[in-house]
Amino acid sequence: MDTFLQQLVNGLTLGCVYAVVALGYTMVYGIIQLINFAHGEVVMIGAMVAFSVITALAGSGLPPVAILLLSLLAAIPACMFVGFTVERIAYKPLRAAPRLAPLITAIGVSIILQHLALLIWGRNYITVPQIVPTQSYALTASANSATITNIQIAIIILSVGMMAGLIALVYKTRIGIAMRATSQNASVAGLMGINVNSVISFTFLIGAALGAVAGVMIGSYYGQAYYQMGFLLGLKAFSAAVLGGIGNLGGAVLGGILIGLIEAFGAGYMGDVTNVCTLNQYFPGFAGLCDANANSSLLGSNYKEVYAFVILILVLRFRPSGLLGERVSDRA
Amino acid sequence: MNTLLSIKNLHIGYGGIQAVKGIDLHVEQGELVTLIGANGAGKTTTLKAITGLLKPTQGAIDYAGKSIIGVPTYKVASEGLVLVPEGRGVFPGLTILENLQMGAYTRNDRTEIAFDIEHKFSLFPRLKERAKQTAGTLSGGEQQMLAISRALMARPNLLLLDEPSMGLAPIMVQKIFEVVRDVSKSGVTILLIEQNAKLALQISQRGYVMDGGVITLSGESKSLLDNPKVREAYLGEDVGA
Ligand SMILES: Nc1ncnc2c1ncn2[C@@H]1O[C@H](COP(=O)(O)OP(=O)(O)OP(=O)(O)O)[C@@H](O)[C@H]1O
Ligand SMILES: [Mg+2]
Repeated sequence: MDTFLQQLVNGLTLGCVYAVVALGYTMVYGIIQLINFAHGEVVMIGAMVAFSVITALAGSGLPPVAILLLSLLAAIPACMFVGFTVERIAYKPLRAAPRLAPLITAIGVSIILQHLALLIWGRNYITVPQIVPTQSYALTASANSATITNIQIAIIILSVGMMAGLIALVYKTRIGIAMRATSQNASVAGLMGINVNSVISFTFLIGAALGAVAGVMIGSYYGQAYYQMGFLLGLKAFSAAVLGGIGNLGGAVLGGILIGLIEAFGAGYMGDVTNVCTLNQYFPGFAGLCDANANSSLLGSNYKEVYAFVILILVLRFRPSGLLGERVSDRA
Repeated sequence: MNTLLSIKNLHIGYGGIQAVKGIDLHVEQGELVTLIGANGAGKTTTLKAITGLLKPTQGAIDYAGKSIIGVPTYKVASEGLVLVPEGRGVFPGLTILENLQMGAYTRNDRTEIAFDIEHKFSLFPRLKERAKQTAGTLSGGEQQMLAISRALMARPNLLLLDEPSMGLAPIMVQKIFEVVRDVSKSGVTILLIEQNAKLALQISQRGYVMDGGVITLSGESKSLLDNPKVREAYLGEDVGA
C-alpha cells in the first residue's frame, strides 16, 4: 500500500488545521506577547456550535452545503464574540501587569470555557449526522491506492485560502500594517494615531474567526467533538507556532504542517519500525517478544501524539527561537 | 497671537517620585520654541504627559483651546499633535514606505498621502532609494530623517521633537537642525527638546531652560544665548564671572 502517499495526505490535512489554529496563537503573541491558552477552547466552541446547528438542521430538508455554510455562519461570530470578550474582560486589565499574570489568567479562562461547554453540550462526545457523504478518490492507479476524501480536499482548500487571505491582510492592508506596527512598538503606534486597543481587539477577532473555521474542519474530519477537544489540539497548535517561531505568520504555517506530517508519519511508520521482530534482526533481546506476538510494536499508533512534542523539544534545543523565528534582539 | 499649547502648573510623577514640579510653558501658532536642559531634567516626561502617555498629578495642558488631559494618545495624535519620540521610534520591521504610511494613519486622502510621500522622498533621497527596505537597516541619522518625515506625514499642527540630534555624528546634527528650521519655515509649529542648547537656541524664537523638574529660565532665544548662566551651564563656556 502507498503508506507514504496516504500519510502525506493525512498529514497535510491535519497540518492545515494545526496551521490555521497556530496562526491564532502567533498573531496574539505577536501583538501582546501573550500565550492565549484559551484559543484551543475557542476552536472547540466553534466545533460545538457548528455541530449544534448541523444537528438541528439535519432533518430540515435544506441542501447539505447550505447547512454547512449556516453552521460556519453561526460558529464564526460565536467564536469572535468569545475571543473579543475574553480579551476585554480578562486580558486587557492586565496589560501592564507582569507577564505571568495574564498567562495564568489565560489558563484559567481556558478551564472556564471548557466548563461552560460542559454545561451547554454535556460531557459526552457529540457525533454529527453525516450530511455530506464521504467520498474517497484514488490517487494512483494501483489496486490499494492511497486515497483523498472530499472532506480532506475541502479542508486543504479552505485552509490555504484562509492563510493566503490572512497574509494579504497583514502585509497589504492599512489595518494589517497597523497590526505589525503595534506589535513592534505599541506606544509609538499610539503616537501615530493608531488606536492600539482596537488593533488588539481586531487581532483577537481574526484569530477567533480562524479558530472557528478550524473547529468546524477538525470536527468534520473526525466526525465528533467534545468539550475537552481544545486542550490537546490547542497544545499541538501552540507547539506548531513555537516550532515555526512564535510571532511569525509563515512560521505558524510551516510549524503546523510539520506537526501534522510528523504525527501522520509517526502513526504510519513507527509501528512498523518498532515492530519487535524487525528490532530482533538488529538488536539482541527481542527474540522472546517476537515469538510471543509477531505483530506487536514498541510504539504503536497510539503514541502518535508524542512525536510532535519530541521534535519540538529537539528543534528548540538547537534553535530556541524556532525555525523561522527572528533572534530576540531583533524585536524592538 | 494664537496659543496652540498652554501648560500651567504641571506636576508629573512616577509613583511617589516627582519628575516635573509645576512648570508653565506655552507655544504660539507658527512658533519654533525650544526646551533645553540636562539629563533627567524632566523634558521627556513633560512630552509624555502632553501626548497622553502619562497622566499628570496636577496642572493643566490645553491644546488648541481645549484640555487634553485624559485624552488617549491616539486621539491627541489625530488632533494634529504629533511627537517624534526620544530614540526615534521607527518601526524597525516595517519598510520605510510602510513607516511613512503609518505616519499618515489618521488621514484618508489617498492621493494627497501619495503626494506627501513623494515630497518626503524628494527631501530625503536616501529614503526613496531604500523605500522597500526595513527601517531597522537604516543608520541612526537616516532613522531620524524617517522619524521626522513620518511625523510630517500626519500634517501636524504642532510637532514635538524629543532630542532629534541625540547620538548623531556632527554632520548629521547640522543636517537635522537644518531640517527642523525648514519644517518650521514651512509653517509647522514646533516644540523642540534638545541638549544641544547652542544650535537649538540659534534656530528657535523662544526658549525654556529646565532643571530638576522646574523651568529655571525662559525668554527670547537670542537673549538666552547671551545669558551668562546659560552660557556657563549649557553652552560649556567659561564666562569668567
Ligand atoms: N519610567 C520611569 N520611572 C521612574 N522614574 C523615571 C522614569 N522615567 C524617567 N524617570 C525619572 O524622571 C526624571 C526625568 O526624566 P526624563 O526622562 O523626563 O528626563 P529628560 O529631561 O528627558 O532627560 P534626558 O535628556 O536624559 O532624556 C529623571 O530623574 C528620571 O530618572
Ligand atoms: Mg529625555
